[in-house]
Amino acid sequence: MKQFADDLFGEKDKIAASSLVVEGSVDTRHGPILYMEDVSVSFDGFKALNQLSLYIDAGELRCMIGPNGAGKTTMMDVITGKTKPDTGSVFFGQTIDLLKMDEPAIAQAGICRKFQKPSVFDALTVFENLELALKANKSTWKTLFFRLNGEQRDKIEEVLATIGLTDCIQQRAGILSHGQKQWLEIGMLLMQEPKVMLVDEPIAGMTHQEVERTAELLLSLQGKHSIVVVEHDMEFVRSIARKVTVLHEGSVLTEGTMDEVQNDPRVIQVYLGG
Amino acid sequence: MKLLTLASQDKTRATVLSVLAAITIIIPLCNVLTPADSALHFSAYTVSVIGKYLTFALLGLSLDLVWGYCGILALGHGAFFALGGYAMGMYLMRQIGTRGVYGDPLLPDFMVFLNWKELPWFWYGFDNFAFAMLMVLLVPGTLAFVFGWLAFRSRVTGVYLSIITQALTYALLLAFFRNEMGFGGNNGLTDFKDILGFNIQSEGVRSMLFFLSGVALIGAFLLCSWITSTKLGRVVTAIRDQESRVRFLGYRVEMFKLWVFTFAAMLAGVAGALYVPQVGIINPSEFSPLNSLEIVIWVAMGGRGTLYGAIIGAVVVNYSKTVLTGLLPDAWLYILGGLFIVVTLLLPDGIVGLLQRKLKEQAA
Repeated sequence: MKQFADDLFGEKDKIAASSLVVEGSVDTRHGPILYMEDVSVSFDGFKALNQLSLYIDAGELRCMIGPNGAGKTTMMDVITGKTKPDTGSVFFGQTIDLLKMDEPAIAQAGICRKFQKPSVFDALTVFENLELALKANKSTWKTLFFRLNGEQRDKIEEVLATIGLTDCIQQRAGILSHGQKQWLEIGMLLMQEPKVMLVDEPIAGMTHQEVERTAELLLSLQGKHSIVVVEHDMEFVRSIARKVTVLHEGSVLTEGTMDEVQNDPRVIQVYLGG
Repeated sequence: MKLLTLASQDKTRATVLSVLAAITIIIPLCNVLTPADSALHFSAYTVSVIGKYLTFALLGLSLDLVWGYCGILALGHGAFFALGGYAMGMYLMRQIGTRGVYGDPLLPDFMVFLNWKELPWFWYGFDNFAFAMLMVLLVPGTLAFVFGWLAFRSRVTGVYLSIITQALTYALLLAFFRNEMGFGGNNGLTDFKDILGFNIQSEGVRSMLFFLSGVALIGAFLLCSWITSTKLGRVVTAIRDQESRVRFLGYRVEMFKLWVFTFAAMLAGVAGALYVPQVGIINPSEFSPLNSLEIVIWVAMGGRGTLYGAIIGAVVVNYSKTVLTGLLPDAWLYILGGLFIVVTLLLPDGIVGLLQRKLKEQAA
């Protein structure tokens, strides 16, 4: 009954007390904002994640690379609550246990995700897409009577300028180019004022200039947000990465700067085949 | 471009609204003001038939909100209509009093016939009009809420959801057929006499019921138009197109579905409550899965996701039904099935989509 009432009145969204070890918001005093420890996920015997341990620092821009099937997307699924791991723990800051929360609660706590395939709402306009993502009370009744205030309108315009879609404000998202959709989705992430941004293959389908602008954007966001970028394009990774994590067969193979990682014989073997 | 479609949409909306308002006012007015032999006088039959269409349009409208906007293909929506109808029927039964065949002051005829000695507890309060009207909203609303809560929270979607909604209405059909349920078994509730003390057969009351059906339809249409124009409306559209993405934006998808589903069920209940006094009977056949499928066909025919499309579809299909069941009684179901196939294959946006395309071609 308690659970029922909580769900009904959106109490769950206020970060359920049960998932807080210590009262308060995200505790990053020890550095990392995201902890994954010994996380394993298997699908029908296939180990998508194999005792993966990963720490993301507050304000860090981290790149994740790895061959297909290394577990990058599954890792994001676990962090955002889409997939529950078989074992292991996932904490947001020191105190928030993400495994006790579902997708909306995790999103509201400040972990937001851009999908590999651009997932914008085609039937809505660019403006409406951003408005939907806007950080606000997202319960049904509050949403029904929602009115955009001046501050929120400014925020949308600011994000529109950042992602370069000011001229497309009233266009349906469905008619945007692939690259523009990617940008819109990054914009939707920004609207949520996330603490952690998980960005899955941001530059797929982008032109050379768009790639450069994306790199600039991501670099400008680090420090304010912790960003995890999954990308296959090594040149792009090299242009933004301070620290690169290589995933292989569901666990971390190695971590370091791009140069360190590229010269690591294990990485070469994984990528080129031994 | 966007402005153009908006304007044309608003024009269609305005047209539909004015036609509805005209029908709602003129038909009852003519009937009250003109003598029965006047050319302007509509027969009782015509009034009750068009009144019935108005309640069907309201029912279609409520399904469009669920299906056209939220993407939930509910194949048991008729159940909420029937429950609203039964709530109204129970009120009307209690108004019969001693005028029943058995003359029992408290028990409706079918209970006397079954040798029941006292009124079942769930019939209490239905002699009060306000209470009965509250139940018209609450009974369908509560069922939708509980059912939706269980289904949406377990993330039952798509075909599976459609099938369990069919099962829901079928289960209610079987339950209401049973005499032991206390709702008159397969005969249902009928032989109504009065509503609020006025003779339900009288022309004035019929005109009034017609008028109220029109008002309810216009009110619901405006309310639904408003809802779909709010942020909640946009969240719901987003859920229809990409449910899981909406979750990652921090919205509790199941609560939004539940809200729309429950609201639509209450609208359907109102439609049922207006339908029953105009046709004079409610029986379990209203729960038949086929009825719920027909509602889907109205909405698909009219053009889903437009609201007025559902109204147009409900009226066109039911008018065809009235005409064709008279001319070719055996062929109606084949025609209905054929229409559905034609619409699905050739007119995915329904009649409304076809009209809009023609208008655009003319404008170009």
